[in-house]
Amino acid sequence: MLRRTLLASAAATAMLGGIAAADGHEPVKVGFVYVGPVGDGGWTYEHNQGRLAVEEAFGDAVETVFVENVPEGPDAERVMTQMALEGADLIFTTSFGYMDPTINVAAQFPDVMFEHATGYKQADNVSVYSARFYEGRAVQGHIAGQITESNVIGYIASFPIPEVIRGINSAYLHALEVNPDVEFKIIWAYTWFDPAKEAEAASVLIEQGADVILQHTDSTAPQAAAQAANEAGATVYTFGQASDMAEFGPMPRVSSIIDDWGPYYVARTQAVMDGTWESVSTWDGIGAGMVGIGEISDAIPAEVKASAEAMVAELASGEYHAFTGPINKQDGTPWLAEGETAADFGDDGLAGMAFYVEGLTAEIPQ
Amino acid sequence: MNLGSIDPILLLASLMVAATPILLAAIGELVVERSGVLNLGVEGMMISGSVLGFVAAIATGNAWVGFFVAALGGAGMALIFGILTQFFLSNQVATGLALTLFGLGLASLLGQGYLGVKAPSFPDWHIPLLGDIPVIGPIVFQHDPMVYVGLIIVAGVWWFLNKSRAGLVLRAVGENHEAAHALGYHVVRTRLLAIMFGGACAGLGGAYLSIVRVPTYADGLTAGAGWIALAIVVFASWKPLRLLLGAYLFGGVTVLQLNLQAAMLSLLDILSAILFISAVLVILIGAIKLRTVTKKMMLWALGLLIAAVLIYFYAAMGWPFNETLWLSSSPYIATIFVLVIMASGGAPGSLGKTFHASR
Repeated sequence: MLRRTLLASAAATAMLGGIAAADGHEPVKVGFVYVGPVGDGGWTYEHNQGRLAVEEAFGDAVETVFVENVPEGPDAERVMTQMALEGADLIFTTSFGYMDPTINVAAQFPDVMFEHATGYKQADNVSVYSARFYEGRAVQGHIAGQITESNVIGYIASFPIPEVIRGINSAYLHALEVNPDVEFKIIWAYTWFDPAKEAEAASVLIEQGADVILQHTDSTAPQAAAQAANEAGATVYTFGQASDMAEFGPMPRVSSIIDDWGPYYVARTQAVMDGTWESVSTWDGIGAGMVGIGEISDAIPAEVKASAEAMVAELASGEYHAFTGPINKQDGTPWLAEGETAADFGDDGLAGMAFYVEGLTAEIPQ
Repeated sequence: MNLGSIDPILLLASLMVAATPILLAAIGELVVERSGVLNLGVEGMMISGSVLGFVAAIATGNAWVGFFVAALGGAGMALIFGILTQFFLSNQVATGLALTLFGLGLASLLGQGYLGVKAPSFPDWHIPLLGDIPVIGPIVFQHDPMVYVGLIIVAGVWWFLNKSRAGLVLRAVGENHEAAHALGYHVVRTRLLAIMFGGACAGLGGAYLSIVRVPTYADGLTAGAGWIALAIVVFASWKPLRLLLGAYLFGGVTVLQLNLQAAMLSLLDILSAILFISAVLVILIGAIKLRTVTKKMMLWALGLLIAAVLIYFYAAMGWPFNETLWLSSSPYIATIFVLVIMASGGAPGSLGKTFHASR
């Protein structure tokens, strides 16, 4: 993917007309680095919605730029450097694989603020932010465990990083809780976005008996593949990932995890404008609104829907933590004692989670 | 060998489907390159075809119209490339790359408003009689029609290049355009037709992804399939039947590796089994077909056996091995490995060179 589209926003065009910000300052320039295309209908789409929310909130006082389809690796560094050289004040790098490039570029531009999504490395001018997607995964597992007929749940994973492993563990624990016979089949796609491969993976999982497909990749292809299987007579359920993907409801998509980055992006841009920006680590979940649960469709039994909604409410209020003991690791060693909840950081913390919980039969690729 | 939850019939059946987009794009590019033109814009033509075909299929509710429009659109994109390189003598590599960038941008623009829409259904053909044969029927004769269109195009290209006069002219143009010109053949006209054929095939391949394979449109849908098609043309030594083998191998290993992952089977065990079977086959084929086992074949068989034992030993020792990573890269490795071993003959003599009648 060689495309490097650098689009100056409409706000920039307005600036040419000499309409300066009210206080006479230059507009704050905010850059976004995307791993997929803004039209992926999932992860990058939602980050772009966040960018649009920033434009909406500040009008002429901001100028936003974005580059899409940036590979995770050295090329990302080039894109970020270019953005910084072009005068960006704040840069959001929106994929896990941009972690080291972000740290490297940030060291060269101490006056530019960076915000890295889903990573764990901070610096004086690098904040990290993520959403507690695993709370949404808990709800998915809770529903999936009850609606599966074959007791086989397919999981399309992207890369073996803590965020993805957390999602698998959370979904599995909550599926197991309601269905002791449940089994997870996991395919690692080693890509965030490749519709053909994602569709292929979904079809393979369906062929091997899965009737619920969970995805941690960014396109809507698995939804379409499940829909095609349903047209051919199967009954396969899916969940929207990162974005609502409501167009595939009420079947096969029965619910979704929605990322809502807008309020965070607006707040951080405001902080740069006010000069109050500091390096922070933000990790918000359903309660703070960063993770939304898409409407649960009526394709699933009413009592399942009701209990899932109750779980959403408990997760939101903080009454219930998605990782509450007793939980053992895959090798049988205890991880959390009865009633204990998982810590965010530290050894065995959620942020660096690199192990499966007991019961999962697959191995994490090393 | 325990196949776990894998259904071998479904596996082999999905191989043909998985290979079709790359096969279509690659066979078109093969004809283009045999005429002496290097068009690196396959990815761009594919994705344009995927979006144009998708839009047309949605608008009319008919997948066939979608494929037709996709082929036209791909050919139209290719014509831009043809005019630039054949009449304005622009650099083929740069123009091809520009065509890819243009195609990706155009597709992204046209695709707005079609995200998350599902393509009209394109039912599989259940070919009478042939489709009823046990085992072989479901594997080979129960696919959607485009799978067979792809095969027919490959057969047609093989016949055209090897058995027809026009094909001979096209090859002559590709091997030495000045000699062909001196003989009175229209170099530019031949090449323009080849380029448009290549574009039409790439468009079909792209539309197969958006209408049948995925079946929806998303930005960046092709995700590099066009580049793989380009590579397969080179590794297949510009020969249609090897290209068919390469595309099926790539599609097959892609589906196989996903199946192995989902079924949690060990790649090393399977690999040693495959090598062992190949060693036996080498001996058997030699003994039956040639009625003799040559020294060279013995060496091959021995080599395969040793590799099988080594891999089996490695797996048995439980030494570190990133199963999934190797599985993910296996389609590329297997395809390159097989086609390179078979490689013969070089590129067309005039490949990528600019032609002008005055020189």
